[in-house]
Amino acid sequence: MADRWSAGVIPYAEMGYWQPDYEPKDTDLLCAFRVTPQDGVPPEEAGAAVAGESSTATWTVVWTDRLTTFEHYQAKCYRVEPVPGAEGQWIAYIAYDLDLFEEGSIANLTSSIIGNVFGFKPLKALRLEDMRIPPHYVKTFQGPAHGIVTEREYLNKFGRPLLGATTKPKLGLSARNYGRVVYEALRGGLDFTKDDENINSQPFMRWRDRYLACMEAVNRAQAETGEVKGHYLNVTAADMEDIYERAEFARDLGSVIVMVDLTVGYTAIQSLAKWARRNGVILHLHRAGHATYTRQKNHGVSFRVISKWMRLAGVDHVHAGTVVGKLEGDPASVHGFYDVLRKGRYAADPSKGLYFEQDWVSMPAVMPVASGGIHAGQMHQLLHHLGEDTVLQFGGGTIGHPMGIASGAEANRVAVESMIKARNEGRDYLAEGPEILRDAAKRNKPLDMALSTWGDVTFDYASTDTVDATPTPA
Amino acid sequence: MRITQGTFSFLPDLTDDEITAQIAYALEHGWPCSVEYTDDPHPRNTYWEMWGLPLFDLQDPAAVLDEVRACRDEHPEHYVRVNAYDAGLGRQTVALSFLVNRPSEEPGFRVDRQEGADRRVHYSIHSYATERPAGSRYGGARGGSRSNGHGQH
Repeated sequence: MADRWSAGVIPYAEMGYWQPDYEPKDTDLLCAFRVTPQDGVPPEEAGAAVAGESSTATWTVVWTDRLTTFEHYQAKCYRVEPVPGAEGQWIAYIAYDLDLFEEGSIANLTSSIIGNVFGFKPLKALRLEDMRIPPHYVKTFQGPAHGIVTEREYLNKFGRPLLGATTKPKLGLSARNYGRVVYEALRGGLDFTKDDENINSQPFMRWRDRYLACMEAVNRAQAETGEVKGHYLNVTAADMEDIYERAEFARDLGSVIVMVDLTVGYTAIQSLAKWARRNGVILHLHRAGHATYTRQKNHGVSFRVISKWMRLAGVDHVHAGTVVGKLEGDPASVHGFYDVLRKGRYAADPSKGLYFEQDWVSMPAVMPVASGGIHAGQMHQLLHHLGEDTVLQFGGGTIGHPMGIASGAEANRVAVESMIKARNEGRDYLAEGPEILRDAAKRNKPLDMALSTWGDVTFDYASTDTVDATPTPA
Repeated sequence: MRITQGTFSFLPDLTDDEITAQIAYALEHGWPCSVEYTDDPHPRNTYWEMWGLPLFDLQDPAAVLDEVRACRDEHPEHYVRVNAYDAGLGRQTVALSFLVNRPSEEPGFRVDRQEGADRRVHYSIHSYATERPAGSRYGGARGGSRSNGHGQH
């Protein structure tokens, strides 16, 4: 051990951060990092450096380590594996003792794990691919304010995906005109309408006016349909005082749901999640900004990790990809995100990019939201990929309908109900989807028009963020 | 008006064969069915009258349909729905819920507005059906007042 304490710079691997024999404890928090070391840096050293820099290490030996039980606090890289088909990249598995983290704090968890290490020079690039959160730590978080089951019971809507739309144009409408879009879409058949992420309180429409107009629209639509309806009122603002003021006003007007953007930060999201549970208001999260760090495969944080953090932080909805729409979303990866958000527990599944098993120990599930370039003609594919517990949001696909917004909403609703009915009747709805929709359209003009307007629109581009594992054909 | 609660309200009313197919789907998943009816379809009226207990032990879709028919015969001018219930851990809630009967005339709802200061409005949804006492709604002499005493399963 004498060498270990000599002043100067010692490779991390030799300081205890590389422990190939280490067996992770049930209580350890585990991470899988994609590591791209600089030329000449061995992968074990790179993995050890990540373990060191995300836990106790600094760049040189410090004698004050000897005042602690340092072995306990050191993160341990216990395995490195080459990434198939990606030369120079390795997956480093690192175990962290739970004592490293403050209970119930996403800010602390992330400051530890992704705080400094992503700028570390011996690495060309670094990506946090997945994180196993032990039940002991899960239980220190509130989790979703309500969750999928409670949300469905609030709304009295079961057995089918929920339908929504983002008000368009995103910017420029006055509150009065904005409320018109909300009213038409909700009375036509949608369950929800939504503020966009960048609708906060601008000169063309202040938040208070928007809330009043939207709640008039929501209530009118409820009376016309006999259904519970909602509009995601975006409470994103410059500081928590403004956020609370807006959320309280939404609550006082009787809104069942508010929304917030990921850009407000983890702490603000956790605060609002607690508020949402206290006040019986569903909390929708728009993942504004995420693709700046989730999309590139070699550097950043995978969205499956963001999904985990958001379930812990306590939101009820998260945008998690559409597979078939206009935004990035490799099918296997998106299936993985949906498992993270919805399942009670699951096993590791490399084919979906899930590096670890995860047990949520009865933490409620988050409703994934599919939004961006989807339309009624894709209903069979959406149901196949995303299942029933999801919100399908057709913005352009509702508001752009040639017969009007209410007809656009009706087309979407008829499409989803037809598809669910056919599925439940035992039909091969994925293969027969186009035929099921055409049959339904014979009795429904708005759906017929929607299919002839958008039926052929696809966004067929290769995904950037894909899973590495290629399952061996059976 | 036509209320659009339930999983299939935007489709033509289901035939008995179509209802049976949905019941079969529920039973295949291990979700017992129940039949409920009401004369107040307010969107927040959660507790419709139960047509007996949930049919935990009925495995035959046709037998469930018999209960649907019996409830409809007794309450032809009520809303009647079938719920399928998932008792699985992590769910323990309704898995599917759809209407199987509507009154011949659906009176619908109005919005009541209570105007307050600073342009605030307190809204309330008023169910026209509730303007008449329970038991005489929808002009039906039959049903409504008797919320028990049938469905001897």
